Amino acid sequence: MPAAAPPRLSCEWSSRTRDVFQKDFKKQLHSEEVLDHPLKPLVVTMSESRIIKLRTVGGSTTSSTRSSTPTPTQSSLYSMDPLGAALEGSDPLSQLASQQKIDPLSAMAADSWVEPIEGKRGKEKITSTTVVDDGMRETWASRKAGILCKFTTSEKLSIVTSFLSGGEKVIVKAQGSVVDKVRTRLEQLDDFEEGSVRQMLDLSQQEYMGRIEQLNSELVQAWHQDQRVKALKIAIQCSKLLVDTSVIQFYPSKFVLITDILDIFGKLVYERLRTKSDYYAPGSKFPTCLPENFTPDMVPESAKETCRNWFYKIASIRELVPRLYVEMAILKSYSFLTSGEFSQALMRLTRMVRGIGDPLVSVYARCYLCRVGLSINSSDRAYLRENFYDFLAMYNQLFSASVRMDLVLQKVDLSTYLTLYTPALDYILQSVAHDATEKTLAEILDRCKRKGNSALLFNTIMAAFKPAYVAARATQFVELLTCCDEEGFPKYLLFRTLGLCLSLADPPAEHCLQILNDVWKVVSKLTNPAQYVSCAEVWAQYVSKHLATREVNTFLGDIIKHMSVGRAYENHYASLQTVMERVLAHANDFETLLTMDKFLPMLDIFQKESVKVEVCKSIMSHYTKTYQFQTTNDPVITNALMFICRVMHDSVNALTVEDEKRQIGNLICSFVKRVDFARDFEQQLSFYVEARASFTNLDVIHALLVQSVNRLAVDTRCIVKGHHTRKTASFVHACAAYCYITIPSINSVLMRLELYLLSGQVALLNQCLGQADACLKAALSLIPDVPKTMEVDGKQRTSEPYIVSYICNFLSTLLIVPDSPEQGVLYLTRGLLNVIQTYSWDQQSTGRSTVYLHVLDMLAAAAQETYPYHIDMVDSNDVLYGSDPKFITELNRMCSVVVEEVLSHLKYLGTSELYQKQSSLALELLIRIAVKADLSKPDLATLALNLWNLAQRHGCMDLKLAVRITEYMKKRFSSSNDDVYADFISKLKIKS
Amino acid sequence: MSIQLEIRLKKHNKVYSEGENVTGVLAIQSPSDFKHDGISLFLEGTVNLQLSAKNVGIFEAFYNSVKPIPLVTSSIDLATTGKIPSGTTDIPFEFPLKPRSGRALYETYHGVFVNIQYLVKAELKRSFLNKDLIKTQEFIVEYKAGLPGLITAKAEPVNFKISPGSLQNVKDKAKVPRFLVTGHLDSATCCISRPLTGELVVEHCEVPIKSIELQLVRVETCGCAEGYARDATEVQNIQIGEGNVPCGLAIPIHMVFPRLFTCPTLITNNFKVEFEVNIVIVFQDDHLVTENFPIRLTRF
Repeated sequence: MPAAAPPRLSCEWSSRTRDVFQKDFKKQLHSEEVLDHPLKPLVVTMSESRIIKLRTVGGSTTSSTRSSTPTPTQSSLYSMDPLGAALEGSDPLSQLASQQKIDPLSAMAADSWVEPIEGKRGKEKITSTTVVDDGMRETWASRKAGILCKFTTSEKLSIVTSFLSGGEKVIVKAQGSVVDKVRTRLEQLDDFEEGSVRQMLDLSQQEYMGRIEQLNSELVQAWHQDQRVKALKIAIQCSKLLVDTSVIQFYPSKFVLITDILDIFGKLVYERLRTKSDYYAPGSKFPTCLPENFTPDMVPESAKETCRNWFYKIASIRELVPRLYVEMAILKSYSFLTSGEFSQALMRLTRMVRGIGDPLVSVYARCYLCRVGLSINSSDRAYLRENFYDFLAMYNQLFSASVRMDLVLQKVDLSTYLTLYTPALDYILQSVAHDATEKTLAEILDRCKRKGNSALLFNTIMAAFKPAYVAARATQFVELLTCCDEEGFPKYLLFRTLGLCLSLADPPAEHCLQILNDVWKVVSKLTNPAQYVSCAEVWAQYVSKHLATREVNTFLGDIIKHMSVGRAYENHYASLQTVMERVLAHANDFETLLTMDKFLPMLDIFQKESVKVEVCKSIMSHYTKTYQFQTTNDPVITNALMFICRVMHDSVNALTVEDEKRQIGNLICSFVKRVDFARDFEQQLSFYVEARASFTNLDVIHALLVQSVNRLAVDTRCIVKGHHTRKTASFVHACAAYCYITIPSINSVLMRLELYLLSGQVALLNQCLGQADACLKAALSLIPDVPKTMEVDGKQRTSEPYIVSYICNFLSTLLIVPDSPEQGVLYLTRGLLNVIQTYSWDQQSTGRSTVYLHVLDMLAAAAQETYPYHIDMVDSNDVLYGSDPKFITELNRMCSVVVEEVLSHLKYLGTSELYQKQSSLALELLIRIAVKADLSKPDLATLALNLWNLAQRHGCMDLKLAVRITEYMKKRFSSSNDDVYADFISKLKIKS
Repeated sequence: MSIQLEIRLKKHNKVYSEGENVTGVLAIQSPSDFKHDGISLFLEGTVNLQLSAKNVGIFEAFYNSVKPIPLVTSSIDLATTGKIPSGTTDIPFEFPLKPRSGRALYETYHGVFVNIQYLVKAELKRSFLNKDLIKTQEFIVEYKAGLPGLITAKAEPVNFKISPGSLQNVKDKAKVPRFLVTGHLDSATCCISRPLTGELVVEHCEVPIKSIELQLVRVETCGCAEGYARDATEVQNIQIGEGNVPCGLAIPIHMVFPRLFTCPTLITNNFKVEFEVNIVIVFQDDHLVTENFPIRLTRF
């Protein structure tokens, strides 16, 4: 069959001129004016939602999608690179991390105990009592970790117990009567008390904690093996450990560890009582265990009896402290007996704690009592305050001779000793103070004032009550604190706590300055840099929030003065960093901040590179946040920021991780974007030159600079409306040159490609033909270097689709690039063809042939008398050659070569049996030939026909497409009277 | 597995008072059928008196112990000779709790020289080849309200003031450190089911205090042919002050009376059970000061 013959591998192309473009133009969809750039709302949303996220970290992630309503803003798309904006700041993870640093509370929790406000803040939000209790309980959970971290020791500890020795003999006897049972139990108890009690000496803290943990598991195990007496004994022995105050620094931690065991014990007792008691639900005949929220009258007699037994057993514990602790531990089980017992029991226990002579042991017992009391949802809270007052009543014991003697023996100084009280005392007073009125504060304050050495008490009060209350009487507090004598509770902690309160609530405005002056009089006398800086860290927020720049400046100056002594800053970078963070966070006027004469010196204090970079980063991110859309041209600010950016930039080296680079790059970009000299384009350009010199390491910045300079060039053109004067012409030349020089220093090949093309287009727009040529040529020479794969959405993909689309874009630019007189016809296009030829395409893919088809398109367009588009004031080849036959011939020759290439690919596909691809490619080429070539040439017509046959030879043709093609051609050629076409169309038959 | 007997009383707390019926079941569990020669139940209540070796010689103490005083005895035959099937067999029973004529029911009390105990005893007789099975179960007797002759607790505060001057058996007064402890017991007549309460204030003290304790003491008196024997022994010791307690702060006195080991103060012709409370103040140097308070315990 002649039709089945393979198409020849060569052809004579002859293009035809058409008036297609005008026709097509009319067919376009009707356009509509828009107010907004379609991409812009998306950009705005992203930055907005990030701000939301910052505020509600830990909240639901839906917040990011919530604000998707487009909000028009005045910003032009150019002022904010959408990508840059999206990446600005940082990814959510590092945001979380940095958030933690910013959050004043968690920052403090890390290094010191005096942060009760955390709980307080939570409290303020919640109103219902039960939830509040949960809050308080959670507070305890969070405190526990803090206590364990803070109160540690390197001293040797000892445990007295009978349960860790191992060889425990359990006497199993037939237990006859109650008497027998009692007797065996008594024997058992005796057994524990006499023989096996042993003292473990010289335990390190770690070992000690391990032992306690062991006791814990021992208890649980004993319980589950039904040896409840043993479990009780363990609980008693554990609480006995709390009487021992040797190695006093460790006492708070010991308290935490042991009360954990007691909690478990209490829970075991309670749960067993609850589950073991058969409860007949109304109407049901089968016993179940009691529901969670039972009332005493639902409890069966047997369970009550068991419960009573527990309390009788505990009431006969000889020693006071274990008796108290164990009763507190199982206090919740009173709910099996009566519902009203709690208030009485709590009050009785409160009183009984008075019997404990050691004030530290006593205050911790009270703390546990309050904690247990809060956990059982009793509405009566009188005991809380009673506990605090009882503590006040024995407050003098803290300074008694016997305590002092003990301290001397243990080599602990008084102030350390007093800080041991803070966790317990804070907890007690906080439970008192939560939703307390100001009257309570006044009353408690009054009582405390009457005591001597009341610094510890003041500290607790400030920590416990609502910051607003404290702030309202800040001057009074300052007075009280200043008067506290030196001995005892460390003064800096007092002022630190006050600072914390004031940073959460505002004191009366008229006192702000006075308060700071009074406080700083004391604080600036602190000689220990650690103490000083821990105050400064807290007060920084107050100063920057309430006082003017002048005071902030003085404040920073004072910090510099104190911290420079003996290079003290080296050990306190974290705190100093917080100071900076706070100052930045509250600076409403960034410009004055930067112009302050102590700001940059403060930056100099950070001598360690990594810290300094961190600080710079936070400065920049604060800056970009405050000045989201504002620009600056103040030389002082620009210089200062330039300096800061340079510090960041210089920290980038070969080892810097990608993410870090991105962050820094984005921050610097946002700075560069914010510098704007308005109409002073030359200064703007010189700023860009300076920026390029300063930031040589980061691709993003170079890219941004090239983009910016291009924009500058385009702006210039807009202003002169295309008619360049000599001056503007030389300026745009300078711009083009800048771009051309800058692009090679970018590492990423893809970025360079894009920018070359863009710069070339801009140069062309500005009639800088030489520069445009240079850029495009550079782009061409880059194409072979494009990596085979590229990262798209975090996945490795082949770069072919990108290359194809890039070349298409390039082609459409090439159409209007006028030929240089020194070079041959369409030399750039030839160059491109060469590149396509030599580029290592994937043989299987259609990339190369697609590109060739597009080249055909472009060449066909170039053969037209007038090109479909032009650049104003630039003559393209249509004008230059005026459709000279020589030019057309040249074009036709190029087309022939290209068609040959495609045909050879078709053949290759045929031999590789990729018929599907072959068929669709054949169709594609057929359309090109039919539409763009002159079919009156028999060669071309035959070729087209052969292609048609080839397309359906293997039955792989897309029938629908084929039908549509024929329809289209019929319609298209119906107007032309040429028989050739009618003849041709008649030959296009679809084989069925 | 052998045959097992169990006496299950109906009341969980096993507390009964005069005139009530002691009811329950005798549960017999056996893996196989077996024959028996009759099952009987006994209800017994006795006072056991023992002479202390301190008052009479050790041999007398051993041999001359006073005969137990029976307070109540009764018996029931639950079954005559027969067969018990395998598995669990429950046989219900009921005893009226009535004293023997001329006797009264005292409350259960477990002491050292005086024991008042009430038991239900089950006996399963078997052919002479097998041992008889015996099982006992104690129950507790308490006075019921409204019994004639019972005293009730009332608030009669007892104030006290302990100082070197108030001490009795000190030879060298100069050696005693100066101190003053004041306080009160809410009442010297206490209800046994409610705690002993009161307050104690260390007004001042020259040497540090190590501990303040409450000691509950039983005083048991047994009459016998040779006269009577009176012994005071400790029931329990409860610490109310630990370490150097703060001065001027009222420390609560609070003690729960243990069950079984205490009973309402009991005075009969043959024996007496009385109680005392000691407040013991132990100084750092282990010297101690004791103040004694006789108390009367009541059921109501």
